[in-house]
Amino acid sequence: MSKGSLDAPAMPVHSLAHEVRSEDVAPLRVLSPEGEVINPERMPDLTDEQLKEVMYRMVFTRTWDDRAVNLGRQGRLGFYAPVSGQEGTMVGSEYALTKDDFVCPGYRDMPQLVWHGLPLYQAFLYSRGHQHGGQIPEGVNVLMPQIIIGAQILHATGIAMGFKLKGEKRVAITYTGDGGSSEGDFYEGLNFAGAFKLPVIYFVQNNGYAITTPFAKQTGAQSIAHKALAAGIRGVQVDGMDVLAVISAVQEAAAIARDGGGATLIEGLTYRFRPHSMSDDATKYRTKEEEQEWSLKDPIVRFGKFLEAKGLWTEEDTARVKEEAKNAVNEHIKKAEQTEKMTVPGLIDSMFENTPPHLEEQKAEFQ
Amino acid sequence: MAQMNMIEAIKDAMRVELKRDPSVLIFGEDVGHVGGVFRATEGLQAEFGENRVFDTPLAESAIGGLAVGLGTQGFRPIAEIQFVGFIFEALDQMFVQAARMRYRSGGRYNAPIVFRTPFGGGVKAAELHTDSLEGLAIQTPGIKVVVPSNPYDAKGLLISAIRDNDPVFFMEHLNLYRAFRDEVPEGEYTVPIGKANVVREGTDVTIIAYGLMVHTAKKAADELAKNGVNAEVIDLRTLMPLDIDTIVASIQKTNRAIVVQEAQKTSGAAAEIIAQINEKAILHLEAPVLRCAGPDTVYPFAQIEDAWLPTPARIVKTVNQVLQF
Repeated sequence: MSKGSLDAPAMPVHSLAHEVRSEDVAPLRVLSPEGEVINPERMPDLTDEQLKEVMYRMVFTRTWDDRAVNLGRQGRLGFYAPVSGQEGTMVGSEYALTKDDFVCPGYRDMPQLVWHGLPLYQAFLYSRGHQHGGQIPEGVNVLMPQIIIGAQILHATGIAMGFKLKGEKRVAITYTGDGGSSEGDFYEGLNFAGAFKLPVIYFVQNNGYAITTPFAKQTGAQSIAHKALAAGIRGVQVDGMDVLAVISAVQEAAAIARDGGGATLIEGLTYRFRPHSMSDDATKYRTKEEEQEWSLKDPIVRFGKFLEAKGLWTEEDTARVKEEAKNAVNEHIKKAEQTEKMTVPGLIDSMFENTPPHLEEQKAEFQ
Repeated sequence: MAQMNMIEAIKDAMRVELKRDPSVLIFGEDVGHVGGVFRATEGLQAEFGENRVFDTPLAESAIGGLAVGLGTQGFRPIAEIQFVGFIFEALDQMFVQAARMRYRSGGRYNAPIVFRTPFGGGVKAAELHTDSLEGLAIQTPGIKVVVPSNPYDAKGLLISAIRDNDPVFFMEHLNLYRAFRDEVPEGEYTVPIGKANVVREGTDVTIIAYGLMVHTAKKAADELAKNGVNAEVIDLRTLMPLDIDTIVASIQKTNRAIVVQEAQKTSGAAAEIIAQINEKAILHLEAPVLRCAGPDTVYPFAQIEDAWLPTPARIVKTVNQVLQF
């Protein structure tokens, strides 16, 4: 928290010549659409095993998404926000952090939670509307998915302040979508992080649509990354379909944050191949051509080409991971379905540390 | 023992807890360097440092969200919302995020937060500084609601609120901040949350009140005594959870009751209190329980505040209606 003083240099006066310009931002890229390294300086420092692990997680997440959609149709899952297409931003951003770092997700960000340590069956319980879905295991540094768009931005800001006050070299990361960047809480969170120089990463997954509303109707700003200027924090745009670029951008932001350099807003340009939720029909607002164009940018295909060229991945690997993921989903959905049913007295007892008399009385009505 | 007004007692409670527990933090608009617009935190930053007591940017929702985030990391935030009318900006963080944290996470996380806010009329403040918004809070599951009426209770209740592992909405009446001094013990003591206090014993009618209205009710009781009516006055102190047992015990004795609140008739806590009396004590009642409250308008313009707020005379009138039923 810097304070002004009489000795401080005068604030720069912004004239037209210094005006922030809405020039095109060029998103950070490491891989070309053909999977070739086009930006070797930004190549993340990952071993072959780590590169394969990133691919494993992306293929696993895609398969899980496919299965989840089917399980939803069968009535075996409840609320579910599809993730296919966003594996680059989701898997990459989480992979760039350590398990000590803290994840504050939006409602679509279940993959980050699971890769950060939340057991898959609890993700399914969350979807089904069971309290145990939110009982995050000790040592797994995440909050539950946030339904109120923007609220998680403030929680991450508070958590980052906690890290700073305790002198811990940890980072909080939080996610929202392009629509979420129009919320007041989005701006307030970024602004607090700027004022207190907090170790936090605000990751906006810009998939072009907030349910049916296209990005152009959210803002006149050229990019979401530009919004960082208003809070005095770093703003970065990254190709969200390029998982290596995502990892690079998040690693850089985390290193700066750990060093006391403050917060970064990262805008990841991505696309959801499926509708907003299971009750949405994307054909009403998106064209076949647009969907076709984005499918060519599939983050798994692009990263797969890179790995194949290095001899690190084959089609057989993909088939094996898909099989593993299907088995894992089957096992975990069974575990979710076999989880003990909730009771009203149980819910009542989870309201407060010490249940007050009026709730004790109400509990008796259910016993 | 020291003589303290309510604002000094509130500051003393925070000082005691800052000293006792390093996880206690105080933040809000202008609470740090200057010590708050009412000086409730005066001197605390100088004594405990900028990492414990600090100013924030002007944004109530973020103040609430900061508290929720810090609460998950082992801190005990005391977040100040400068005036009650500004809680609307922070409602999601206070009444959704903090209030639900324990439940949503099945006990994995909690929100050990005190949201302090001044409220209450009679001081000719500007718009939206004095509204009685406790009704919004008491109908929100997961948050406790405390309204002290004197320096001793304010200190003891605030210490209890800070130590509570669930969120507490702590409402401080502007008109009571410097109204009078009381003996307040040095150091730590607690007044339990959820316990009412019989502040005047009587046999003919029970007057249930909270905040400034406790004092207005006591004045009315003095008036009633002149006519031979012996009123019992209950200071609720906590609106959620409500101490219905103390109310019922009083009604078993007096058989008549009214509820006095500064909030509009259709808001506040009175309706819930009356509903619970009907459920638990209807056979002890000789008359219906009536309300003496503000009319259902927007909070009044400063110049007509005194006519709008319940007065001793209106309370006497309401009691007489109950007595003559």
